[in-house]
Amino acid sequence: MTSTASALPALLPLVAIAAAVAATAVGWRWPHGARWVAVGAMSVVTALAGVGLVRTLDDGALTHPLGGWAAPLGVEYVLDPFSALIALVVGVIGTLVVLYPAPLGLGGAPAPRVPVHALVLLLVAGLLAVVVAGDLFHLFVGLEIYSIASYALVALGGPAAALASFRYLLFGTVASSLYLFGVGFVYFSTGALDMSIAADRLVDWVGTPVLATAAALMVTGLAVKMAVFPLHVWLPDAHSQAPPAVAALLAAVQVKVAAYALMRVLFDVVPPEQLDLIPLLELLTWFGVAGVVVGSVMAVRQRDIKRMLAHSTVAGLGYIAIGIGLANPLALTGAILHILGHAVMKSAMFLAVGGVLGATGAKALANWRGLGPRMPWTMAGFTIAAVSMVGLPPTIGFLSKWFLITGALDADAPVVAIVIAAASVLTLVYLLRVVEAIWFGEPRDEATAEATEPGRGVVAPVVGLAAATILLGLLGATLVDRVVTPIARDLMG
Amino acid sequence: MEVAADRYVYLAVALLMAGGLFTLVVERNLIKKLIGLILFQAAIFLFFVAGAAEDGATIPVVDPDRGVDVAYIDPLPHLLVLTALVVGASVVGVAAALLLRVQRAYGTLDDAELSNLTSADPVEGDAADQRGPAPALPPELLSRRSARALRERNSSGEGDPVAGADEHRGGP
Repeated sequence: MTSTASALPALLPLVAIAAAVAATAVGWRWPHGARWVAVGAMSVVTALAGVGLVRTLDDGALTHPLGGWAAPLGVEYVLDPFSALIALVVGVIGTLVVLYPAPLGLGGAPAPRVPVHALVLLLVAGLLAVVVAGDLFHLFVGLEIYSIASYALVALGGPAAALASFRYLLFGTVASSLYLFGVGFVYFSTGALDMSIAADRLVDWVGTPVLATAAALMVTGLAVKMAVFPLHVWLPDAHSQAPPAVAALLAAVQVKVAAYALMRVLFDVVPPEQLDLIPLLELLTWFGVAGVVVGSVMAVRQRDIKRMLAHSTVAGLGYIAIGIGLANPLALTGAILHILGHAVMKSAMFLAVGGVLGATGAKALANWRGLGPRMPWTMAGFTIAAVSMVGLPPTIGFLSKWFLITGALDADAPVVAIVIAAASVLTLVYLLRVVEAIWFGEPRDEATAEATEPGRGVVAPVVGLAAATILLGLLGATLVDRVVTPIARDLMG
Repeated sequence: MEVAADRYVYLAVALLMAGGLFTLVVERNLIKKLIGLILFQAAIFLFFVAGAAEDGATIPVVDPDRGVDVAYIDPLPHLLVLTALVVGASVVGVAAALLLRVQRAYGTLDDAELSNLTSADPVEGDAADQRGPAPALPPELLSRRSARALRERNSSGEGDPVAGADEHRGGP
């Protein structure tokens, strides 16, 4: 693929970092000012990502050597269509999260000298650094930046959240260290850290224990970050304890960026001949299947809405792992569509949960009975997102599962296809329960009975995201043809 | 045997990694788990530095007497370790802050006790003890209709909450 030099790849994380500093400075005296800095920066990032997506689809990848030092001496930032798509998802969800009312979403009204919005911007900066990284070590740095920001953000949910965040920190740092260990193997064998140069030189190392170990370490580290079964155990606690908007960012975007990094390393760095020699992709597929089953079953058993959504995220990541493991263009299309769709659906649901928590304080599912008529717009958004999670047409959830199933059949893995379909039935079970209680139940207590619709700050993002699930589904054909299939083909080729 | 003599450093790396991971998993005190994590990271830094070392090589600084055509150790892994050290220090800082919060809230840093204490928090369980006090939404976060409805309800005294809900059932 041809590549053009452009400042765009570097601007994406740079704007976020600069805004984080600015938000801390402004927020020292005027906390609400910090919020507007964040909104402005996220809008710029989203716009840049959109422009980047259009340009890279037309012209090919954009590269930017940092400081003018080209690889292999220097670090390069590379924006190709896949990166731009993920950056766009990060931008859109991030913008909605900072627009969401902070008392509901970020664990409290912004106070002077407490840089909550700066933390969100740091998280976004780290995510974007991972997305545009063209260098293996720079990917590690981005990985750690966003992880550290997310440990702090999760802890905003209270003391129990601080404990959950500490356990998440232990897991996440071991994972990043394993990834770094793998990068060390790559560097000491090839002498290169740049992804494309290392990919060329690694071809000579196919079949050696060095490459097998490097691949195993890097994939394991990134798989923990992506919460692939059985390395997902940090996720339910961390996501259920985090404040709702933080949980939306984490579940919708952060784990997906880890999935992006996994795909980059698996398909763009490790030579394909190596993947035929070691059963890494098969393992990924079967662990994805296990994740789907375990996540869905655990979600059925939950009685707290946030824990249910967190286990459902594990299942969603299982689908993506299946798509990556099957490694044919159809399955990869399904995986990328699921990244897109799950981001939109899950954030809609978490933001709706935030609205409900603010209006009634109800975390148990039993206390969601009868909320529908009292908060119609919020609950309608939640319901549409739930329908998309089950995978009914014409939503994006249906589209992604369709491609995953056809990809599984294409790869001669009918068991996988059956599991995907069966898990959709399980999803129906746990989500239909909630939807039925919302619209047809009777309120259990006064707080629910007196609940009122939250304001525009909550309703607008929820309804917008829910509408997006339908819109993306309807535009599916164009989306797949013009955006996703070229990406999948680039990854495989 | 020569292999072991040459590569004793990597043996040390493996032992440190195993020791760190073991401490992280087995110890009950959270600070000791953190120490295990630091050991684990130290092992990986040692791996990088050891990989850069070379027999008979000098430091990567040009000596005008000897010229540039000498064997020198690779400086890049040292830079990678420096960056990773900074990252590790930040992680330890955040971890210490989290532990401070946990200690102040629960009075203990023992993993088993904390599991008991946090599962006693009403997160899962029956609906009856699910309820925290419903936080009152500040007025600027309520939609205009809701704010108006609340004002009417408050001004008209005790209304039947269900009937009150019926008032604005007619639409969003």
